[in-house]
Amino acid sequence: MNHAQAATQFIKDEARTDWHDKALWFVRYKRDIQTKKVPEWEQLRELASQIKANVLSELDSYLIQFEENALKNGVHVHWAKDAHEHNDIILNILKAKGVRKMVKSKSMLTEECHLNPYLIQNGIDVIDTDLGERIIQLRDETPSHIVLPAIHLKKEDVGETFYKYLGSEKGASDPKYLTEVARGHLREQFLTADAALTGVNFAVAETGGFVVCTNEGNADLGAHLAPIHIASMGMEKLIPRQSDLGVFLRLLARNATGQPITTYSSHFLKPNNGQEMHIVIVDNGRSEQLGREDFRKSLYCIRCGACMNTCPVYRRSGGHSYSYTVPGPIGSILSPGIDLKKHSSMPFASTLCGSCTDVCPVKIDIHHQLYKWRQIIAKEGDFPLSKKIMMKVMGFMLSHPKFYRFAGKMARTALPIMPRFMLYNNLNAWGKEREIPQAPKQSFREWYLKNRE
Amino acid sequence: MKVGLFVPCYIDQFYPQIAVATLQLLEKHGCEVGFPLNQSCCGQPMANSGCESDSKATAKLFVENFKEFDYIVGAAPSCVGFVQEHYDIIPQTEEVKHVREKIYDITEFLLDILKIEKIDAKFPYKVGLHQSCHAQRGMRMAQSSEINGPAFSKQRQILEMVEGLQFIELDRTDECCGFGGTFCVSEDAVSAKMGKDRVADHERNGAEVITGGDVSCLMHLEGVIRRQNKNIKMVHLVEILNNTSPTP
Amino acid sequence: MSSKSYILERVKQNKPMLSVLPVVPMFERKDDVSLISLFKENLEFVGGRLIELNSKEELNGQISEIYPDLKIIASTLNVEAANLDLNSIIDPHALKGIDLTIIQGDFGVAENGAIWIPANTISHRVLPFITQHLVIILDKTQLVCNMHQAYQKLDIHKADGFGVFLSGPSKTADIEQSLVIGAHGSRSLVVFLV
Repeated sequence: MNHAQAATQFIKDEARTDWHDKALWFVRYKRDIQTKKVPEWEQLRELASQIKANVLSELDSYLIQFEENALKNGVHVHWAKDAHEHNDIILNILKAKGVRKMVKSKSMLTEECHLNPYLIQNGIDVIDTDLGERIIQLRDETPSHIVLPAIHLKKEDVGETFYKYLGSEKGASDPKYLTEVARGHLREQFLTADAALTGVNFAVAETGGFVVCTNEGNADLGAHLAPIHIASMGMEKLIPRQSDLGVFLRLLARNATGQPITTYSSHFLKPNNGQEMHIVIVDNGRSEQLGREDFRKSLYCIRCGACMNTCPVYRRSGGHSYSYTVPGPIGSILSPGIDLKKHSSMPFASTLCGSCTDVCPVKIDIHHQLYKWRQIIAKEGDFPLSKKIMMKVMGFMLSHPKFYRFAGKMARTALPIMPRFMLYNNLNAWGKEREIPQAPKQSFREWYLKNRE
Repeated sequence: MKVGLFVPCYIDQFYPQIAVATLQLLEKHGCEVGFPLNQSCCGQPMANSGCESDSKATAKLFVENFKEFDYIVGAAPSCVGFVQEHYDIIPQTEEVKHVREKIYDITEFLLDILKIEKIDAKFPYKVGLHQSCHAQRGMRMAQSSEINGPAFSKQRQILEMVEGLQFIELDRTDECCGFGGTFCVSEDAVSAKMGKDRVADHERNGAEVITGGDVSCLMHLEGVIRRQNKNIKMVHLVEILNNTSPTP
Repeated sequence: MSSKSYILERVKQNKPMLSVLPVVPMFERKDDVSLISLFKENLEFVGGRLIELNSKEELNGQISEIYPDLKIIASTLNVEAANLDLNSIIDPHALKGIDLTIIQGDFGVAENGAIWIPANTISHRVLPFITQHLVIILDKTQLVCNMHQAYQKLDIHKADGFGVFLSGPSKTADIEQSLVIGAHGSRSLVVFLV
């Protein structure tokens, strides 16, 4: 199913679409309020963008520096060129220690690598501990948003899921109650896990440390209790200096959810006494994206999710209407580089309104990249032949004024006299919910010739 | 000052009164206006659909039509912006560079080039201003709500010169209307939903009229309004500025 | 070729031209807003509570007043109510029953209500997360304006390998975007400013 088809399904329930739209717009609204409290907000965006530009331009040396420092800190460092290697490395660490149960905090990278099914197939019990992630894990779904993974669900849906899997009261839907149920359930998991996996929000080259941000405290409960802590990081997560965290931590939560900072910004440097700490540095297509001049800025992304909250298309089509793990505007510029044909409809799921670009805390030119991916997809991707021919015809007509005028005249003559059923039917996508413009008798050119020449 | 009047294809074919208003408005303010009869379109529809190369011939025709003028003016930020931003698809001759540099949307031309301070027009109605995304985030004719900085809007600034006009405030000041070029048919469900929501925002806040600078958005919103039989009038801002707007 | 060399080689080939690393200013505030009131405003915004004390002596009374019913109380400070000997505990899992933890914060950040807590001051890394309720004592002279100053002040190498900026009690809005305080970490946070 392409994006348009999936979106059509989503919108069929218009009340729910409105609810989804409003829930996300409220996050954008909270973001606006918080960001306006920082007078230097726009300067911070510019600084963040410049820091990320520098990171990409010296990424190889920062990676080496980071590894050296992490090793000095007693951390094991692994390198994975693709998803499969990432999953294998983790499985081997777990197997070597006889791990049976692993708790995991939010990590879009492990979603990207499809780590959970791989580990489960190999006999490891993987428990997602972020509340939203746990909800969708129980429902066997994928996250529909990178920061708010269960935003597509209503509290009644969650109540039903918890009733089915966690034994909560039937029909309960109070978020406070449901959160309490999850707290009890997940405490038990934290206390019995043999390993914990976290994502990495920022990795600092000059110290070899990394920072993990959560609101729930699940990353810390996992990582500090289990004897093994594995952190999976996309290699673009590096920043040069610890002081750069000042810039990024000021931007991240404010832009993501309208909080001044996440509840917990945990700085990991060395393993706890008696604990093992591993970092897996993952490429999985990133070095290739780095080589694409027009698209490399997509690697600046700090995964705040604001481009989804602000996107008028995302809000009305839901995260599951996109074919890639990362949905919305940022997903639509990352995905074609991973699989051009599979994700061909994603860059077209936009009006190019540019809101994503203006909301981005690291100034990724998202809508310009969408435009550029379209050019590539029309040539090499999964692009309908009918549309290709249509564009050729239009290109010909509009560059030959006589044909253009003839076609216009035909349309203006035919439209008023055509019966409604011929104008408004399934072939006319415009006409399903909108009227066609009323055709005037004469074009401007005809008026001009009559009145001015 | 010789001004070439650029009339985008859908204005020419479906909304000729907007082009008439643009022409008269320019003349009222002392411009010598020419209308190249062989014009068609800027080429944006193909390019936004991913087929930039199919726009090249149209772009060349455009430059051929307008290269002799001191300024080129159209009442459509989206089309004007396309010429400015995307005419790098054809070789950058002096003529191409001239056209890209001297093309203006009517609002910016009146304010920044002609520097008008007064408009002889009256429009005593409650008006919602739909600023198109291309005007706002493309050409930066207004501050976008995502960016922190002093608020400004050139379209609003010029409409404020109109006697009696009363702005209504929207819940979402700059939400996209959902037109988006071929998006309006390739993603028709989302597109129409966005259009309906945009109209509803205006209706909720008491607009009698929706105005704006880009006909593509207005055509889209008008399609929704007519289908839903809403009591809201759709007019282009040049019609208000030229005092030739139909009244609600 | 190892994956490391493979990745580094590709990065080297594909990376863009050198782009200069910018200098980040400190963004000192020019107005004379009080750091304490700014800190309080933000701490309350994130769901915490601030209580100003005239002296450390008032602490014991406050604790027994606010938490009359809590049973297991741990502290890294000299607090009367504390009844759990943290030094006797080796396995952090044994901390699971703690109702209240009272610790010292290193310094606070006015712009977001966050408090820096380095591992060397809390005996167990998991302590501020596993406890049901949390109290942090903060010296009122130890407030900085923003995160730039915070990073200038903290020394991660003295933190014993871990440190956290903690801002408010744990929370989630994962169910229909409605805010619930008390997700997995502490259910409440009270900061005593001395």
